[in-house]
Amino acid sequence: MLMNGAQAVLESLKKEGVDIVFGYPGGAVLTLYDAVYQMKFPHVLTRHEQGAVHAADGYARATGKVGVVFATSGPGAGNLITGIATANIDSVPLVCITGQVANPYIGKDSFQEADIVGITTPITKHNYLVKDVHDLPRVLKEAFFIARTGRPGPVVVDVAKDVFDTKFDYKYPENVTLKGYDGQYPTDEKAVDKVAKLLVKAKRPLLFVGGGVTTSDTTPLVRKLQEGLGVPAVSTLLGLGCIASETEGFLGLAGMHGSYASNMAIQQCDLLLCLGMRFSDRVTGKIKDFAPKAKIVHFEIDAAEVGKNVPVNLAVPGDLRASLPLLVTKLEAMDAGFRDQFAPWLQHAIDMSREHPFGYIPATGPDDVIHPGELIEQVSKLSGDDTIVVTDVGQHQMWAAQFYDAREPRQFITSGGLGTMGFGLPAALGAKVGKPGQSVVLITGDGSIMMNCQEFATLADNDIDVKVIVVHNFILGMVGQWQRLFYHHHYAQSELKGKTDLVKLAESMGCKGARLTKAGDLVTKLPQLLQEKGTVLIDVYVPEEEDVLPMVPGGKRLDQMVLAKGEEK
Amino acid sequence: MKKFLLAVLVDNKPGVLTHVAGLISRRAFNIESISAGYTEEPDVTRINIVVSVESEQELSQVVNQLGKLIDVIKIVNLTLEDSIERELVLIKVQASKESRADIINVVNIFRANIVDVTTEDVVIELTGGESKIDALCEVLREYGIIEIARTGAIALSRGPIPVKSM
Repeated sequence: MLMNGAQAVLESLKKEGVDIVFGYPGGAVLTLYDAVYQMKFPHVLTRHEQGAVHAADGYARATGKVGVVFATSGPGAGNLITGIATANIDSVPLVCITGQVANPYIGKDSFQEADIVGITTPITKHNYLVKDVHDLPRVLKEAFFIARTGRPGPVVVDVAKDVFDTKFDYKYPENVTLKGYDGQYPTDEKAVDKVAKLLVKAKRPLLFVGGGVTTSDTTPLVRKLQEGLGVPAVSTLLGLGCIASETEGFLGLAGMHGSYASNMAIQQCDLLLCLGMRFSDRVTGKIKDFAPKAKIVHFEIDAAEVGKNVPVNLAVPGDLRASLPLLVTKLEAMDAGFRDQFAPWLQHAIDMSREHPFGYIPATGPDDVIHPGELIEQVSKLSGDDTIVVTDVGQHQMWAAQFYDAREPRQFITSGGLGTMGFGLPAALGAKVGKPGQSVVLITGDGSIMMNCQEFATLADNDIDVKVIVVHNFILGMVGQWQRLFYHHHYAQSELKGKTDLVKLAESMGCKGARLTKAGDLVTKLPQLLQEKGTVLIDVYVPEEEDVLPMVPGGKRLDQMVLAKGEEK
Repeated sequence: MKKFLLAVLVDNKPGVLTHVAGLISRRAFNIESISAGYTEEPDVTRINIVVSVESEQELSQVVNQLGKLIDVIKIVNLTLEDSIERELVLIKVQASKESRADIINVVNIFRANIVDVTTEDVVIELTGGESKIDALCEVLREYGIIEIARTGAIALSRGPIPVKSM
């Protein structure tokens, strides 16, 4: 079929099942946008390219599909960088199609030229510069294949402007042939057998659920495994929701701001089954003393993650979709009475969890200040089982991880690895676009919300309904916490006691806003606000000097937690 | 520190060297030398990387991280195989009437070649292992080395089986 490169891009997107693009036009993509106009391709115009890429990321995390972004050359593509890096470190599938200056202008420092392939090489799973329209269909086919298979990740396709304009005979390839990548990740049955043997000998096994479980949609298997073995389980930030938080034996978040029970269980267990995780420094504490009594088994699709940070005793390679069914079947066939075998340990873990829950001092009356923990517990209570919670980055993110009851995977969306402030609002937007039938609540802070607050305009203009809860403490909370703890209480450039009125900010862009200042408001005002139609910014004042606790200070062992102010375990 | 020579077969496509170089710098790997060239297959480039690592774990990180690159087809650690390793060096040395005979002597002992001569200098070519090249450079230093160009090591396994089939 004869068409130009721009039309070929959109035809290819249709063939890949793409139902929406997030983007922002500009010089190098004018022809692409003309095709969007003519073909009426569904597109959300954000107010910043960074908003577009985070929106596509939120869409991808909520749906499991590939998020697609358009941006123009130079500054447009440059504004995607933080979002691409965010997606890359959290293994989120994106295809970013960026315009590049026309072929004759490449390498001449032309207007709006930047070497996007060079810039994005360290933060993408793969990238391409397309200079010949005949390469375009193959490259797009490969880009989607690479983004969504194996350990997913972002792929950048940089397209020279004249490629969009060139007519050619378009044909979309059926298959991908890449010599160095087939997207197949089989497991090793012998390794799975060894796991079964280790379980027979174990007394205190612990499941460690990572983001790979979310990504591979293997939640039902993991739940079956935990239930069948009768073992406690802990989670990384990106694994939250895979095991519903109220599940017996689920101890919650582990690591720097993890629960007492999670961190103690890691230090006490004799067998640690790690599923699709990468032993980030936020999770391990002092690496040398991480899980000192345990044989560590690492189920991992990415061979480069095995032994990267923490030495492991056994690696189970391949996709969790291959290894977990095999393990579950084998364990069921063994009928080894695991539940009885591990019952005392499970009880011990449950006891630890009951004795040391995440806590806060509850309000004593309706005029009392609002504690962030109480706020998030209330949001959690008011949320339906299918509500998607998105967070920004900082103290509110950790409180959300601690106090929000994540019930299903893909319903707790947060920037884990990169810790990107400004991720929340556009990601919530993207999640709502991807899952319009589910409520989306953003929990953010007064620092984070100002980064990408321009996306309130996108939410209003497209009638996208997100409830935005600002945990407003008039400080960059996590920075302030570290300054209190480790920098003699010097609030160096971290206070946000300005004149900004966040309610008016939301209203100015066509959204609604409300302010909650006392504990009683959580009961009298919050439920109605969450039921309103359309996007509402709920500005919740909380005290400034609240620490996120427990906390494992940098370089300390997981069992060296600060549990309450001035107290160290 | 131990050194290993990795034979890395990659797609002969634009951007490949960016990807390989980008990875090496991002992961802070210690690279002693890197050289690339065409192979018997027109769409495959062979990159020879000499990496220096502290531990087996570090070595496996280099191999696994390189292996993740989409355009990397195959990696073989030829230091762990029975293999032949060679490097080419060109050395420009000051050579006066008085010293030239001595230099020729040295060149003959090392079985190197003189490939260019002027009234003031000679250019010496030597192929060999790293230690032989280092030894020649050391001996020539007293005559005054003007400049050196080295290719970095390349290697092939012994026997009929190529890296791509290993």
